[in-house]
Amino acid sequence: MANATVEVTTPSETSVAVTRVFEAPAQLVWDAHTKPELIRRWMTGYEGWDMPVCDVDFRVGGAYRYEWSHPTEQGFAATGSFEEIEEPSRLVTVERMEGFEGEARNVMTLDEHDGRTTMTLVMYFGSQEARDGAIATGMTDGMSYSYDVLDDLLASL
Amino acid sequence: MALAATADRTEGLLDATFAALADPTRRAIIERLAQGEASVTELAAPFEISQPAISKHLKVLERAGLVSRHRQAQRRMCRLEAAPMAEAERYLEAFRQHWEAAYQRLDALLAELQGERTEGGGGDAGRANGS
Repeated sequence: MANATVEVTTPSETSVAVTRVFEAPAQLVWDAHTKPELIRRWMTGYEGWDMPVCDVDFRVGGAYRYEWSHPTEQGFAATGSFEEIEEPSRLVTVERMEGFEGEARNVMTLDEHDGRTTMTLVMYFGSQEARDGAIATGMTDGMSYSYDVLDDLLASL
Repeated sequence: MALAATADRTEGLLDATFAALADPTRRAIIERLAQGEASVTELAAPFEISQPAISKHLKVLERAGLVSRHRQAQRRMCRLEAAPMAEAERYLEAFRQHWEAAYQRLDALLAELQGERTEGGGGDAGRANGS
């Protein structure tokens, strides 16, 4: 059975690491991260979000653009480029979220054993502030709000 | 806009907290204080570093609002202030849940792709269904 739990760690002051095991060969996990028709089937978080734009020019130096939209929440977008491509084990991209300062260098590695793949994604930011902001944004973008956190924020405004 | 203002405020809170947590000695100090108040001397005991070095760590933790100090007669006492830790943990947990939601969808997609494979299905595996 897959380890269906994402592990999130902060290996340094300017990075965040996400680790997850998938019940699938590395090539499929790779495809799901790099082919637009597959990416938009899962990279949407919670229900209600759509990914109207998923443009990928998949080559070293090529660019990509993602846009997420929701009927009532503020949408957002990310743009990036491919720095390293070693199919199907290592993918390095440089990405920025529109409206936010700075960019992150994302290193994804896929390690396959017995038909299961461990995916490790390390996001390197230019500063601690940017790293912390990215973690906070993951919460405030509407994709992962939990009610007790919302209550606390409203109480403090 | 409300969300941006909130993000600015919370970034400041997270800065100091994550900086404080990035050091193993400081994490050990926090773990000890989670069990109850301790004096600076007691905190320094398990480590082979000087008291001034411990005090430096305590300053970082104080600036992050994680630890507060007070005097009890002759002893300099330290206490864990749990609120910033809880806040940072909540943010990390929310971040983790954001990724978990996406990866659960990826699990379903991967299962579907492998189902098509074993059935000998060719063609466009995982074609987006007109979203």
